[in-house]
Parts: sequence; structure tokens; C-alpha cells
Amino acid sequence: MAIEASGVVMRAWPRRHLGKLFLLIGLGAALLYFALQSPVSKALLQWSPALARGFAQNIVISLVAIAIGSLLGLLVGALALSPLRGLRWPARIWVQCFRNAPWLVLIYFTTYVFPFELRIGGVYFAFPDWLKVTIGLALPASANIAEIFRGAVASIPATQWEAARSLAFTRGQIFRSIILPQCFKRMLPPWMNLYAVITMGTALASLVGVHDVIDTAQIASNTVNKTGFTVVIYLSLLALFFAYCYPISRLTQALERRYAFY
Amino acid sequence: MPSIESVGEPLVRLRDLHLSFAGNPVLKGIDLDVHRGQAVSIIGPSGSGKSTILRCITGLLQPQRGSIRVGNTDVHTLQQEAQRIELRKRVGFVFQQYNLFPHLSVLQNLVVAPRKVLGHNRSDAEKSARALLAKVRLEHKADAYPGQLSGGQQQRVAIARALAMRPELILFDEVTSALDPETVGEVLTVIRELTEEGMTCVLVTHEMRFAEEISDVVYFTENGVIVEHGSAAQIFQNPASERTRTFLRHALGDPGRRPVLANDPYLLSNLSRYSLSV
Repeated sequence: MAIEASGVVMRAWPRRHLGKLFLLIGLGAALLYFALQSPVSKALLQWSPALARGFAQNIVISLVAIAIGSLLGLLVGALALSPLRGLRWPARIWVQCFRNAPWLVLIYFTTYVFPFELRIGGVYFAFPDWLKVTIGLALPASANIAEIFRGAVASIPATQWEAARSLAFTRGQIFRSIILPQCFKRMLPPWMNLYAVITMGTALASLVGVHDVIDTAQIASNTVNKTGFTVVIYLSLLALFFAYCYPISRLTQALERRYAFY
Repeated sequence: MPSIESVGEPLVRLRDLHLSFAGNPVLKGIDLDVHRGQAVSIIGPSGSGKSTILRCITGLLQPQRGSIRVGNTDVHTLQQEAQRIELRKRVGFVFQQYNLFPHLSVLQNLVVAPRKVLGHNRSDAEKSARALLAKVRLEHKADAYPGQLSGGQQQRVAIARALAMRPELILFDEVTSALDPETVGEVLTVIRELTEEGMTCVLVTHEMRFAEEISDVVYFTENGVIVEHGSAAQIFQNPASERTRTFLRHALGDPGRRPVLANDPYLLSNLSRYSLSV
């Protein structure tokens, strides 16, 4: 039993990428096959600039959402660690509300609650739908990041606090010089993981009328009106999201391995 | 009970110290004096409150009753963290588990507190840090990270880190208990040199031979009280208390083995009856 298992381990490397290779070959063959059937491939080629524009919209939404979510999340996470109850409780409530709400509900909520334009000092600012969706995604992101932050701080052993206190550091200095630098390394993998999840969540934007890649694919599929094309275009969406999210998840794994030693 | 007569005011003076954790009394009236330049060892069984005494001296724990005086500071009266920070600048602390900062290199571990707390500039702090590393014979490890060092090396870095603050007094909390017998020696050598240089040291230790060799005064604690104290020779050669005698007999070799139970069902040799597959 043991000998067999070790044999598998020994041969693991060449086998590891076998499935991916087959997938790639299969995809290539499928593409070639469809390319020969000209109307579908022609239509796909024709729609690909629109799809790329749509996907760019998804990426913009995901980037802005993670940026807002991170800033807000670190603030809320810091408040959740405060020794003052008056600051701690609102942060806790924020985290619990937005972490446990369905994302789609939050997106509908932000879409229909916010006005389509804002008036600040007599000047009207447009408040486009994609920005509302971004905020809808940033809210649960901030709650998750607050929890990631709180968890990272809590995961630093109490002995680090004690050692720093014995060296006459103040509470603020301990946070800045000792605890936070250790936290950020620990937070990086879950943070990137959350980013990948948010990117996938941007697909929800199409439901409130944002012209993202899903919306574009729907329009394309309705316009071309061919079953084969519908399959191909959604397949290419899958490939697009996979091509964007898979490197992130691999990078996360690599970072996890690198920082595993403490 | 005889005591060591020393001239002048003691650097550390504990009187009638009481402390309990959640109603569980740990210290029940501790009196302890440490004079400048002395090495004082606290010995005793685990759970007798030795480490707690050290944490009280540096203000990491606050006793419920009694007085602590370090130099001119009445530690038990300090109300604000800022005042305790002033105290901790003068008192070094070395932990059993080293507690180095894992994200900083060895040199940065030594430099961070003098720079941030004492406001030294970078080049001065690094210069004295390198000198301290040479003192603990680790100058070649300045750029290594704590995770890359052995336990003995980490503990020597921790001692250097405490020294980098130029304390008047260093507290050692079972600094060799996490080390194997071979690396214990390299750490004890460093501490011995410090005591020879006249650094005031308070050691909580289970290394009886070492305590006997370097200590000026030895305190024996049990169950939160000082059972006996006196010079090293007096405590180790001629203890007054029967309890001290028993503890030292066990600590200095006699393992105090119990007779083997007859028909013990958990005896490992009996396990062979059940076929164990591995």
C-alpha cells in the first residue's frame, strides 16, 4: 500500500499538468472545429471587441470595488478592534450585516436606493449604474476584509504584544511596527482570494442593466440567434473569467507557500 | 531567616506582594530585594509564581496588594501606561520562548526599540546593535531572520535585544527551559558574562548548578510565598527548610522514581499482546 502510494508521488509531476494539457488540446480542437464552420466563428470575431469592452467594464468594477472595500474594510476592522465599545459595536454590526447579505440583494439595493445623479453645491454629478453596482459589491467586500483584518491581528500571538510591551513600546507603536507588518503578509492570500470572488461576482452587474460582458453576450446571442453561437459565446465567457481568475488563485497559493514559515 | 547584608537602598524592593488571577491566588506576600550589581535567582517548582514576580517588576501585571519599588519608581502606584513605559525603558525582559519579531531581521530586532522608543538615530542604533551581536557571538547572523536561527541563537538575540535598551536591570524568565542541554550552555555563558560585568540580573531558572554558581542571592518560592532565601552557598549547601532540601534533592539529580505498579494494564510492554499494525 505504502509502496504504491510513494510511486504515485514520485510520478506526480509529469502527471500534474496532464489534465490541463488535455483541456487545452480539447479547447484548441474545438476552436479549430468551429473556425471551420465559418458563420459562428465569424460572428464571434465580429462580437469580440464588444465582449472585450464588456469584460473591461467587469474588471473596472472589480478593481474599484476591491479598492473601496479594502479602504472601508480596514477602517471598519480597525474600529472593531478598538477598546471603546462605542466604536466597536457599530463596526461589528456593519460586518455582520454585509457579510451575511446576498450580494444580489445588495446590488439591487444600491441600484434602486441611490439617485441617478448627485447634486453637490449646484453641480450635478452623474451616478452611473456601474458605480452603484461597484458600491453594492464593495459593501460585502468591506465586511469580509474587516473580518480578514481582525482575524489576522488576532492570529498574532499574544507573546508578541508582551515582548513589545516589555521593550517599552506604546500601544500605537506596537500596532504600527510589530503587529501590522506581520498582519499584511497574513492577509494577502485571503485578500487576493476575495478579489477573485468579487471579480466573479461582477457577473451580477448585468442583472441591473450594466453593459458588462454578460450583458454583451446576451445581446450577441439574441442578435445572432444561433444555438451553436450561444454555446460558444458563453464558453468564451467562461474561458475569459478563468483566464483572469486562475493566475490570481495560483499567485495566492504561491504567496501562501512563501509565507508559510511564520 | 538569615539574609545577605548589603549597603544602600536596593534597586528592586518588593514588599508583601499579593496577586490573584480570577480569585486564584498566585502570589501570597512576596518580599524580595535586589541590590545594584547583584545576580538574584528565584528557584522553585512550576506554578509557584516565579514568572509572575518578574512580570510584576516590569509592570506587565499589576498586583492587588503590596509595594514594588524599582529605583525611585513606585511601580504599584503607576496608573497610566505612559508611566509604566518609562519604567520598562530601564528594565529588560528575556522570555522563555524568545519572542523575537519574526518579520524583522536579527539586526532590525535589536534596532527597532532603541529607534522608536528611545529615538536614537539609525547609524548609532545599528552600531551598538552590531557590538551587542558580537558580544553574544552572533555578528555573522545580523541579516538572518529569527526563523532561520536555532533556539539557542534566538535566545542570545533576545538577550542582545534587551541589552540594546541599556537597561539598569534585566529579568530572565526561564530563558533556557525551551532549549536542549547542549545549547543551554551558550546562553548561560552570555548571562554569566553579564553578571561578571556587574549587570543587575534577576533570573527565574531551573538550572540549579548555574544558579548556584553565579547568584549572589537565591530565593526559593513555593505556592506563592518565599520559603527561604540566602546566599547561593547557604541555600544549596545548607538549606534551612526541609521543603527546600527535598526540592533541591530532586532538582539536582535524584529522580525520585516510584516503584512499578504490579499488573498495570497500561504498561506499554503489555501492548504486545494486541497485534499492532503499523
